[in-house]
Amino acid sequence: MVAHLGCIWQELLKWNGWGYNDSKFIFNKKGQAEFTGKRYRLGGMVLPTFKEWIEKTFGASLEHKTTSRASLNVNDVPPSIVNEEFLQDLRATKISYSQDAEDRVFRAHGHCLHEIFVLREGMFKRIPDIVVWPVCHEDVVKIVELACKHNLCIIPFGGGTSVSSALECPEEEKRTIVSLDTSQMNRILWIDEKNLTACVEAGIVGQDLEKQLAESGFCTGHEPDSMEFSSLGGWVATRASGMKKNIYGNIEDLVIHIKMVTPRGIVEKNCQVPRMSTGPDIHHFIMGSEGTLGVVTEVTIKIRPVPEYQKYGSVVFPNFERGVACLREVAKQRCAPASIRLVDNAQFQFGHALKPQVASIFTSFLDGLKKFYITKFKGFDPNILCVATLLFEGDREKVLQHEKQVYDIATKFGGLAAGEDNGQRGYMLTFVIAYIRDLGLDYYVIGESFETSVPWDRVLDLCRNVKERIVRECKEKGVQFAPLSTCRVTQTYDAGACVYFYFAFNYRGISDPIHVYEQIERAAREEILANGGSLSHHHGVGKLRKRWMKESISDVGLGMLRSVKEYVDPNNIFGNKNLL
Amino acid sequence: FFSLFFLVSFCSIAVSHSFFICSQQKELTSKKRDEFEDILEERRLSSDLRYAMKCYTPVIYKGLSPCKPNAIKSAVLQSEQVQYVIKQLAKEMGESPDIIQEEAMEILDEMGHSMQLGAVRFFAFTLSKIFKQLFQRVCVNEEGMQRLQHAIQEHPVVLLPSHRSYVDFLMLSYLLYTYDLALPVIAAGIDFLGMKIVGELLRRAGAFFMRRSFGGNRLYWAVFSEYVKTMLRSGYAPIEFFLEGTRSRTAKTLTPKFGLLSIVMEPFLKREVFDTYLVPISISYERILEESLYAYELLGVPKPKESTSGLLKARRILSDNFGTIHIYVGQPVSLRTLASGRINRCPYNLVPRHLPQKPSEDIQEFVSDVAYKMELLQIENMVLSPWVLVAAILLQNLPAMDFELLIEKTLWLKGLTQTFGGFIEWPDNLCARKAVLSGLTLHANIARLVDGHVVLNDKGLEDGAVGEIVFKRALAILMCATYRNQLLNVFVRPSLVAVALQMTRSFRKEEVYSCFSFLRDVFSDEFIFFPGISLKDFEEGCFLLTKCDAIQTSQQEIYPTDKGSVIVSFLSAMFKPFVEGYQLIFRYLSKETKEAFTEKQLIPGVRNFVFQLLEKGNTQCYEALSSDMQKNALAALVQLGAVKKKKIVETLLWDPATKFLNSLAGCFCLPLPFGFQSFSQGFDKQREQSCLFLIEGLLCVLE
Repeated sequence: MVAHLGCIWQELLKWNGWGYNDSKFIFNKKGQAEFTGKRYRLGGMVLPTFKEWIEKTFGASLEHKTTSRASLNVNDVPPSIVNEEFLQDLRATKISYSQDAEDRVFRAHGHCLHEIFVLREGMFKRIPDIVVWPVCHEDVVKIVELACKHNLCIIPFGGGTSVSSALECPEEEKRTIVSLDTSQMNRILWIDEKNLTACVEAGIVGQDLEKQLAESGFCTGHEPDSMEFSSLGGWVATRASGMKKNIYGNIEDLVIHIKMVTPRGIVEKNCQVPRMSTGPDIHHFIMGSEGTLGVVTEVTIKIRPVPEYQKYGSVVFPNFERGVACLREVAKQRCAPASIRLVDNAQFQFGHALKPQVASIFTSFLDGLKKFYITKFKGFDPNILCVATLLFEGDREKVLQHEKQVYDIATKFGGLAAGEDNGQRGYMLTFVIAYIRDLGLDYYVIGESFETSVPWDRVLDLCRNVKERIVRECKEKGVQFAPLSTCRVTQTYDAGACVYFYFAFNYRGISDPIHVYEQIERAAREEILANGGSLSHHHGVGKLRKRWMKESISDVGLGMLRSVKEYVDPNNIFGNKNLL
Repeated sequence: FFSLFFLVSFCSIAVSHSFFICSQQKELTSKKRDEFEDILEERRLSSDLRYAMKCYTPVIYKGLSPCKPNAIKSAVLQSEQVQYVIKQLAKEMGESPDIIQEEAMEILDEMGHSMQLGAVRFFAFTLSKIFKQLFQRVCVNEEGMQRLQHAIQEHPVVLLPSHRSYVDFLMLSYLLYTYDLALPVIAAGIDFLGMKIVGELLRRAGAFFMRRSFGGNRLYWAVFSEYVKTMLRSGYAPIEFFLEGTRSRTAKTLTPKFGLLSIVMEPFLKREVFDTYLVPISISYERILEESLYAYELLGVPKPKESTSGLLKARRILSDNFGTIHIYVGQPVSLRTLASGRINRCPYNLVPRHLPQKPSEDIQEFVSDVAYKMELLQIENMVLSPWVLVAAILLQNLPAMDFELLIEKTLWLKGLTQTFGGFIEWPDNLCARKAVLSGLTLHANIARLVDGHVVLNDKGLEDGAVGEIVFKRALAILMCATYRNQLLNVFVRPSLVAVALQMTRSFRKEEVYSCFSFLRDVFSDEFIFFPGISLKDFEEGCFLLTKCDAIQTSQQEIYPTDKGSVIVSFLSAMFKPFVEGYQLIFRYLSKETKEAFTEKQLIPGVRNFVFQLLEKGNTQCYEALSSDMQKNALAALVQLGAVKKKKIVETLLWDPATKFLNSLAGCFCLPLPFGFQSFSQGFDKQREQSCLFLIEGLLCVLE
């Protein structure tokens, strides 16, 4: 076996949960919650009210603990079945590969709840038989050719952050499954300052891309919540959306050129232009194809100079309705800052519970004063109010001007400025919140997030109905404690918004929590569709949401996609069974 | 053709109904009903004034943001829905939107309620006095009230009471006040506004007024529907209206009207609310306040216009006794549950929700199914008094019946009714004699005991002219029928099986079913059948008949048992007035009518025709005089395609499909009133055949 490079990254990450090994929520010896590690601002801090919040919200108790198995049990892992001729051919290419159980399991899943649950307590029925690490476009061409020659199944793997079961191997797949890990294709090939574009290999993860561009004074500005781990190729394959899309655009706005290797050959455009009228845009067959057509190897992406100035902000609204009305007005006036998000009351309280211990009496006094002002003086009900967090970017002067405009609108809707600090904490939590599920899993709490996009006039109805549906379904399915069912409006558009839901419950007393969980999630999705929401705004379809594709895009629409698949990949080499 | 007919009917039982069918089946087997409490008892013991002034803090909808009636009106006026229609109309008519807005405001002012606690207290006081005078007891199922209390807090609630009397909505509001529940806003006919003071008083007690017909008026429709929906969405108050649209003059449930129901269902279907509770409420009167008025009305003596002076004149009834009222508040039905799996998930996704949109066929069918389901639930919980049984027996034994036999038969019918799932209020310790006697006392105006025989009360019978005798008799019979009618919807399925058995004179299940199915179609406006489940109804009928040992069934055959013939003939006799009445009406149509006629012309025509037959003693079917039956028969003929409805300059013309009437007339061997014309337009063979089959069947019974 050829020594491989994938290990370095893999070793930094948890094998059975989200993110870095060294970063996690724990309860310290005093029974207080704490976030470990030094990677995040919250690292090493004690969160005095978090425990109480968990107990109150979920009825969970520290005494009832479940534990994941400590490490992978290699004996449970399905054996790697790879044809020797293929191995010979593969060795000849000098592309590194591995048939090691841990490597294969690591690439057998994304981060859906059921996948993590399986890692902790069971084993996947089918996992990749072999992992390959191409280092460049040509390597990928060779691998795809070999796969065609030996009739193998390729599943491209980027950052592994999928939440749509897209990385799960189809159980019934009899051919050898090759996990094509793009992580070693992570170079910036060139930067074109005149046209403000950069050509980047698709395996690069978000944080590296931004770091490396920053060295030259640029950024892409594409910041999905998973940007620490997700890859450029993955963004293209799922039609990703970034937090700051108001300034930089979503992936479809950012991409100038894509190179993709398919069983039919390489697909790409002949030039790198801002727009062209040459029939339907072939990029749109690629973006959102979820690994069913080929492997994206190189992407030319727009870049911008790193902004001179960033400023966070937050606004408190008396209730969610007023908050949504304000966001709608901001969208109408097209003056949305880089990011504007509105969290509902439950999420506001959640954020509150993650407040670290204050350093001085003075801050604590100040906090008390703020609270007094908002609840007593302004008469906001702490159990109803909600908060919008803001992020402004650009040159200093324009940011301040912009800020004033947005705050003026907020005032019209009863909003009160609530400080930079709250805003910043809100965005930091975006990255940290993903770690909380692992903590919950230790205490019988399971949860997940899901998203949708919806026209403005239906935002409120959809949020209310979906949250209510979750509560009811939980009750019907015998969940003993009321679930956490909360949402936030995370993106604004001219014609609608993107809404993000968090949903978690305590599953003690339920024999098959994952099944119950899946039923509830499905009900929630049906509710979204009934309320005029979309099947997905940016998570994609994968295998998790396939059942609704037909009603989402019509029979003919589905047929159109199928015929593309049939032409590009007639032997279903890219057989991950996503989407269609 | 039997098998073909069978097949077709079978196919028409749509798969989509499976949910409803299942739930109905469940209800059939688990009929456990709540206990009643008398709410007047408390009133007779304590001060009405204190009761009226009590601290009233009703439970309200959890999502309610409290607002005044006027705030609702302005919200309605400013709503996108109404503004859209105003702009549309302004553009079309070339008028300024302000003028139309003004018009909308006037409509709102005419329509809107202005609920005030003062008026409510006034009603609480006066109604206490009046109800105590009129009624012995007002019985309510308290568990139902508790369920309602939960429902009101959880989701917007729509109250759907049965409608037999003006007392209905007064009583219901009174009841909710008594139980400290949010008072409903009530859709009332605009005629009430004609009553001085009273109209305004009702408005303040929560009534809002709708015009009787406003099909063509888009502005009115927009304002009205938005007004109702705004109240529903905000959870302002429970919304109350009558599915039957008007008071049933016959005490038989009327077929539902869909307009208001589809309005209140819309907020859920558009997902503007999470769910809506529909609460069927059954209000049963031991003696109906308006009983004689109704009888006159059915015989064509017009209904007096609602007026305050009329109301004052009617106060002499205060000295009369109207027995007990039973109010059964049914289980709140979640609209969401009804719709799940039934309605395509996103029928409203592709058009902005504020645009007026004609509901799709799916939705219309769903609304209709819900309406019928609610009425069936009302029927299920209607309380039947012993007198109802007495009336049913008396009508089969005119002119006089032995008292002892009557008691015996009443007891027998009680058992049968219970087998069929009827809800009889008959105290355990009450002996049959007392029950019958107390019924006779309460209804002394209808029947009395003379020399050990019970006779109908048609006083002055001997002196009058023939016409007057017939009229008096018809009055008494129609009044008596009002009580028998309360049994009919409980009995209709097994009874139509019994009638079909007699008509076909065959034991083959297929034949009996196809006759049953046809009768069910013919009587579809007369009785309440859930749409499209003919086979299910047939099976239920057979099941109930088997349960009381009246018939035995095998795979292929149905035959009456020896002991069952009594039941079978009782059941078919119970429905004989309808079979005969329809036959008379068909005969009139074939013989007497011109090619086209209006409903207004038809009804006096039929009435005179039947009246003459009665005078000559050629028929005994007094019930054919009822305008209700005449209208239903006509509606059935329209539905069967035997009569066509044409709209000509604002008057409806009913155009008898000539070919059908030819064959019908041919059946009766009567001369044709009009020349043979061969109409080839779409009158399908099969329907014609089944019509013929009906006529033959009807003749059989008559022989």
